[in-house]
Amino acid sequence: MANRSNEPFLWALFSGGGVAAAFLIPVLLFLYGLAFPLGWLQPPDYERTLGLVQHPLTRLVLFLLCFLSLFHWAHRFRFTLYDGLQIKHLNPAINLFCYGGAVTGTLAAAYLLWTLP
Amino acid sequence: MKPSTAYSQYHPKWHRTRVSTLWWSRKWSYLKFMLRELSSVFVAFYVVILLLQLHALGRGPEAYLEFQLWLQNPLLVVLNGIGFLFVLFHAVTWFNLTPKAMAVRLRGRRLPNVLVAAPNYAVWLAVSALIVFLLMRQG
Repeated sequence: MANRSNEPFLWALFSGGGVAAAFLIPVLLFLYGLAFPLGWLQPPDYERTLGLVQHPLTRLVLFLLCFLSLFHWAHRFRFTLYDGLQIKHLNPAINLFCYGGAVTGTLAAAYLLWTLP
Repeated sequence: MKPSTAYSQYHPKWHRTRVSTLWWSRKWSYLKFMLRELSSVFVAFYVVILLLQLHALGRGPEAYLEFQLWLQNPLLVVLNGIGFLFVLFHAVTWFNLTPKAMAVRLRGRRLPNVLVAAPNYAVWLAVSALIVFLLMRQG
């Protein structure tokens, strides 16, 4: 047990985030990033959106989406810099930026979803 | 321990050819790998938009309207368009990994890759249709 590493745990989060992002983000980004702003489709109004997001199941799904997707980014982006740009001497700073960012975003998601009226 | 099997502190000078920082730009398959890895940036980008949306939603109808108008910024629309292509690329490459990660056998024969990946696409379609239905339903 001398070489216990948290790499498998981080990899599991990366993998879970890959699944969540693949299933949910394309349709959401298409609707909120393109179809609604460009007027292709009529977006649901404030009341309806709030009603949908207030449902406990929606809150849970959105929290998991934020949490897992952010750790997916952290892990993949860390290795993009490592393999692609071969920035190895900055490893501690990169890890702090990636996983620190993921933790911050996850806490923000938990707070926002919890305090929603 | 016999001297021949002991770990030697002495190494002749390693010979390693230097790899260029742009090694991934020389070949399409390498470039595809880097683009796939970079898709994660747009995954995080979308989460930030979602967090801003939740923030606006919590602050009331006026803040939410402001958020919706902010999304109409042409620069953001272009960025979202690029982001959409990247997350599509992420989804397709992710779903196509399934047959590479597991070999499904049926009556002793290996199932073709297309059939192993197919359920992912079916679920993707169903989930996307459900989200569109929930958001577009009238009344």
